[in-house]
Amino acid sequence: MEPFTTLTGIAAPLLRPNIDTDIIIRIERLIGGDPKSLGPYAFESWRYRPDGSEDPDFVLNREPFRRARILIAGENFGCGSSREGAVWALQGFGILCIIAPSFGDIFFNNCFQNGVLPIRLERPTIERLVASLAGDPARPVSVDLRQSLILAPLNERLSFAVDPGRRAALLQGLDEIGRTLRHDQAIAAFQARDRAERPWVYAAETRSEA
Amino acid sequence: MTGRTLFDKIWDSHVVAMLEDGAALLHIDRHLLHDLSGSRGLRDLAAKGYALRNPELTFATVDHAVSSAPGRDAVTNPAGAPLIETLRRETAARGIRFFDLGEDGNGIVHVIGPELGLSLPGMTIVCGDSHTCTQGALGAIAFGIGASELLHVLATQTLVQRKPKRMRIRFEGKPAAGITPKDMILALIGRLGTAAGGGYAVEYAGSAIRALDMEGRMTICNLSIELGAKIGMIAPDETTFHYLAGRPFAPRGAGWEPALAAWRRLPGDDDAAFDAEAAIDVAAIAPQVSWGTSPQDVVAIDGRIPDPAAEPDAARRAAMAAALDYMGLRPGAPLAGTPIDRVFIGSCTNSRIGDLRAAAAIARRGRVAPRVTAWVVPGSERVKREAEAEGLDRVFRAAGFEWREPGCSMCLAANGERVAPGQRCVSTSNRNFVGRQGPGARTHLASPATAAASALAGRIADPRRIAG
Repeated sequence: MEPFTTLTGIAAPLLRPNIDTDIIIRIERLIGGDPKSLGPYAFESWRYRPDGSEDPDFVLNREPFRRARILIAGENFGCGSSREGAVWALQGFGILCIIAPSFGDIFFNNCFQNGVLPIRLERPTIERLVASLAGDPARPVSVDLRQSLILAPLNERLSFAVDPGRRAALLQGLDEIGRTLRHDQAIAAFQARDRAERPWVYAAETRSEA
Repeated sequence: MTGRTLFDKIWDSHVVAMLEDGAALLHIDRHLLHDLSGSRGLRDLAAKGYALRNPELTFATVDHAVSSAPGRDAVTNPAGAPLIETLRRETAARGIRFFDLGEDGNGIVHVIGPELGLSLPGMTIVCGDSHTCTQGALGAIAFGIGASELLHVLATQTLVQRKPKRMRIRFEGKPAAGITPKDMILALIGRLGTAAGGGYAVEYAGSAIRALDMEGRMTICNLSIELGAKIGMIAPDETTFHYLAGRPFAPRGAGWEPALAAWRRLPGDDDAAFDAEAAIDVAAIAPQVSWGTSPQDVVAIDGRIPDPAAEPDAARRAAMAAALDYMGLRPGAPLAGTPIDRVFIGSCTNSRIGDLRAAAAIARRGRVAPRVTAWVVPGSERVKREAEAEGLDRVFRAAGFEWREPGCSMCLAANGERVAPGQRCVSTSNRNFVGRQGPGARTHLASPATAAASALAGRIADPRRIAG
């Protein structure tokens, strides 16, 4: 996983509440597709018209937001399906940070697994941030994870909170499986004890009707 | 010391280690794989050089990308064929029990978990699918995971998890005649909103939950993720134990009593505290139908489509207007009577035998309207065989419904079975998102009874009027 330390770029506002992962990436793009080539399909139901042409009304089709690295979103962003392809599609588009009042729980978790930073901010703060960008949307926003700060235009500094373990993992680009495998003995000890206490959990295969 | 909730008890007993940052390393008792997430996961495992830690705790089925056409096989949907082939090969090579197409045990992953007794009270259960919360109805912590966590479970049989807050939602009272669990949970989501459960593990309680059979409880828990909660659960009781007794993978013989004794200790303590509470009176609930593109966009079947102009919040007003535009509906118009093109009875929400019986009871009273194509897709091979033994397939066929093969089918259209652009579908599934059933598809979520009644009427219809 690529470490996430600081990010500076265009921030695109997409404030509709309850944007689900089906809208972020359609399911058929995840069948047999390469996770690294999903960028063109991010938000495809909104980005393209039925004839395949771009819809100029959609924010990510407009300058300067075509180059967005940060998405400013509404409440419950990424709700719905657990498809991690939603994160891969955003990454493929170039978006590595999403700022929203709240997120779908599974999507929120999937972001951290891929080096994408989801930031929760209160809705009034987000509205202030969007308003401060409205006059000059090409002005970049900086996100500094080391200091947990967003540096917005007009020199506004917005602090945000991140779970310390997740923050450390993002900053260093750590692989979670590798870290967990260090606990292999504890897992084995747990299972040995548990197997005696709850044999029905482990014996299932032998009880099949066949 | 205050007591512990059902969730706390299961969580506590699965902590392998507390990590430095306060997260828990949680043991996973059941890992369920399907053709979309499982095939990729097993390929990734090999590519990254990790070993599969516990094949005996891992089970696999094919459901998402399989055709539901009568007489289908693994290549009927060509796009899904390589996924099925990969899962067959990888599960065989790694000693994972695989329920193949047409075999006893095959079906939608959240239908087969409970019906086979693979999923049991007190377990931690995960699957690369957000509707894993369905299986919390057994009194388990069951939740959906993404591809990275899926790989983590394959390699370590654990997950790194932060403890969620706990919410209890009570359903109290007695539902009116013709009101189903789907109506109960849609009404709740309509009231609390689709973000209300974010960050919580939800426990459903109250007299109306106790009165439900296991299938109804699964429908309730299934839509937890549409309430925003990745975990929904119901304390196990005699209904649960009676349901599980004799299931092929449930403990039996001398193994049954110790398991039962442990399961009886799972319900939360009387003095257990929740971080949030909500309650809903089920007596006041009418059949629910969705009008928009979020599961919270529901009204009673005899209600009117809401007017965005009455919504004070600008962002929500814009979302409502966009939803009505996509759905081709006018504010203020009655929802009942809207002409439809398709009906889909199926999905992990509503494809169990009780759902099919409820739909068949209405199908007996008429014929599918001429312009409407109506499908019944049983949730599993077992459900299909049981329905056929009861003659439900003949009831549906005689009424003009298509009786199809088990799978996820048109719930998410991953197998290419789509509602055409602009077509309107009454669906017993769980999501009415933009494009969910195909690009431009217009989905109205409803119960099996409402879906069947609408199929006969050719328009969105109140099942209480047809059932008399």
